[in-house]
Amino acid sequence: MTAIHPPSHKVWWKQPVDRVEVVWIGIALVWCLIMFFFMPFWHVFGDQNYSGEAYRVTPERFNEKVNELVEQYTVRYETDRQIPVVRPPAGSDIYLLARLWDWYPILELEKGQTYRLHVSSVDWQHGLSIQPININFQVLPGYEMVLNITPTEVGEYAVVCNEYCGILHHAMLSKLYVVESDRNGEPQS
Amino acid sequence: MKPEFRTCPDSGLVFHRPAENLIKANAIAATIFLAVGGLLGLLVALTRWPAVQLLDAAHFYTVLTGHGVVLLLVWILFFEMALLYFCSAVLLRSRLATPRMGWLAFGLMLVGASITAVAILQGGSSVMMTSYVPMPAAPHFYLGLILFAVGALIGTFIFFGTLVIARDERTYEGSIPLVTFGALTAAIIAVFTIACGAIILIPTFLWSIGYISEIDALMYRLIWWGMGHSSQQINVAAHVAVWYAIAAIVFGARPMSEKVSRGAFFLYILFISIASAHHLLGDPGLSTEWKIFNTSYAMYLAVLASLVHGLTVPGSIEVAQREKGHNKGLFEWLRKAPWGNPVFSGMFLSLVGFGFIGGISGVVMGAEQINFLIHNTIYVPGHFHGTVALGTTLAFMALSLWLVPILFRRELIWPKLAMWQPWLFGIGTALQAFFMMGAGTLGVSRRHWDMAFAGSAFEWAYPGMAYTMMALNGISAIMAVAGGAAFVIVIVGTIFFGKRKGAIEYSATRPEMLRGPAASLSGHGNIGLGAKGFPAPGTFVLAMFLLLVFVVYYFVNYGYLASVWKFS
Repeated sequence: MTAIHPPSHKVWWKQPVDRVEVVWIGIALVWCLIMFFFMPFWHVFGDQNYSGEAYRVTPERFNEKVNELVEQYTVRYETDRQIPVVRPPAGSDIYLLARLWDWYPILELEKGQTYRLHVSSVDWQHGLSIQPININFQVLPGYEMVLNITPTEVGEYAVVCNEYCGILHHAMLSKLYVVESDRNGEPQS
Repeated sequence: MKPEFRTCPDSGLVFHRPAENLIKANAIAATIFLAVGGLLGLLVALTRWPAVQLLDAAHFYTVLTGHGVVLLLVWILFFEMALLYFCSAVLLRSRLATPRMGWLAFGLMLVGASITAVAILQGGSSVMMTSYVPMPAAPHFYLGLILFAVGALIGTFIFFGTLVIARDERTYEGSIPLVTFGALTAAIIAVFTIACGAIILIPTFLWSIGYISEIDALMYRLIWWGMGHSSQQINVAAHVAVWYAIAAIVFGARPMSEKVSRGAFFLYILFISIASAHHLLGDPGLSTEWKIFNTSYAMYLAVLASLVHGLTVPGSIEVAQREKGHNKGLFEWLRKAPWGNPVFSGMFLSLVGFGFIGGISGVVMGAEQINFLIHNTIYVPGHFHGTVALGTTLAFMALSLWLVPILFRRELIWPKLAMWQPWLFGIGTALQAFFMMGAGTLGVSRRHWDMAFAGSAFEWAYPGMAYTMMALNGISAIMAVAGGAAFVIVIVGTIFFGKRKGAIEYSATRPEMLRGPAASLSGHGNIGLGAKGFPAPGTFVLAMFLLLVFVVYYFVNYGYLASVWKFS
């Protein structure tokens, strides 16, 4: 009689289906297909995608690249720990390293310019979370993720680690600055 | 032959004694772990309430790891073992295959869970349930999980064996009942799930004791989520089966169409196993094509299955109610439903909560690009409290409130408390899901001890609303835990102090063959309802409302995404 008994028709797969079910399955299937095709659609017409560009990298090699960037483009230091703030040229390759428990270095970018941001971890897994715009990526040791990012608003942003990475995870916080690009000479502070 | 079968005078169910004992043992273990996990959850929520921040960081991460492991794995799998034995031996009136192996499975699960629990309590394995490498846990953290999984695998094969015995000994006529079919779906997914768990946890265990030098972080995530998410798909199949069972028990509801409901379960088997993908949408190293195909379960065909169950479960209740005469308008069948019966109210809250909160949020955040707004924020636990706590756990609670008195032949104690239990737990967890999703939308991280970043070289303040949401989450958690405690009290109280319902006598004779109803009793052609083959118009309207909310919420998220920084 019910769902806890065997079907009353032995050949249950030949029983006709109520129209309400057929109609609903049709509508639901259409919605499922819309959702499926919306993802590639956004890759073509949307401005927020990740292309999947990534490379294998060793922590040593990634450290070297980050240090090159810091040596060339540091404009000032912040906090008691003298964390470098780098101001790389617009459109260049920039590097952000995650480690227990900070981000290195601090980036200062120009509004409306596109940078190739390389991100990796040199120890455990971390999470790159840029606040308050709230975009989030996984950061894995051994993988160098490349994102072409274009900041659209001037301001001071927080870089939060949002993948649990041990006892001081909650203190793994840094800054990211976005400044106007039409200035002369020295970067603004 | 030994007297091993009894027929329950209240429910008509036939119990094979060894199966009955195993169901009792697994259900009791499940309830104990539920109580422990719930208390840990309360500590988590009270720590994340910024004004309270109950625990220090080290204890918080330890407790959070315990909360995840105990509730997402241990409570649920113990209950599912009981459910598998119930759906095979009891529903099919069969003897259980190899009961001794059932006790071995139970023992392994108990020992495994205890070993992992000890590892977590010792403090050296605060690695969260996911234990992402290369963050190390103590070797016995992994070892306990492996033993637990082996036990669960044995239990799953006992289920398969019982199906074979039932068929061989002709204990039922025709095909297995729909609910057993749902349990079979869950069991098949369980095999895949446990295989993934073995493939990743065994090497990780060997890594932790030094036999393997390195585990690739991405490979770990890919395969671990083959276990981590698929195990939640076991839950979906299992709790949908429970919904159908409760519709049958409370209303005598028939499946609207066996073909449609079974087809939907079959879609789960085919497509849900690619579940690891949507956890890796923000990861480097995987192609876009792979992400799109897999995160959508191959064009959302598993989501389609859930949407189908979302119609057919309440639809079958609507048809049953209309046949009883509650046939006025669109919703009389729902108004006249037994809202004071916790078996029904728990099931229905589970159904609605799973659909509107857990389901919609899950599919939306699993869209490849929207995931960038959600990944690793507290929105994610918000979502899965909507699925696992509100959906699965509440459905299992509702079934238990019906099954425990039958199993133990005792009356439910404190029926008033039992009546309010699903509402307390259901509304509490629904609010929790809602507030966590809200705070996550504002950027608050999951698995994070202090949203004010104490001890950092920098400062950052989330919006005031995010703090308010986390406080409200704490208050909602108190309500949910009160509901959970009410469940544990009612169940344990019933087992020990419930009024006995007469002696339990076993008979040596085999039970009669289980038969389906006469064919003339099924089909809904003649109940004089809404024309054109719409026997459940009210349910259809509710389903369309769900779809409307779904579509709007989906595009609102893409709309917000379009406003943030450009990246490619």
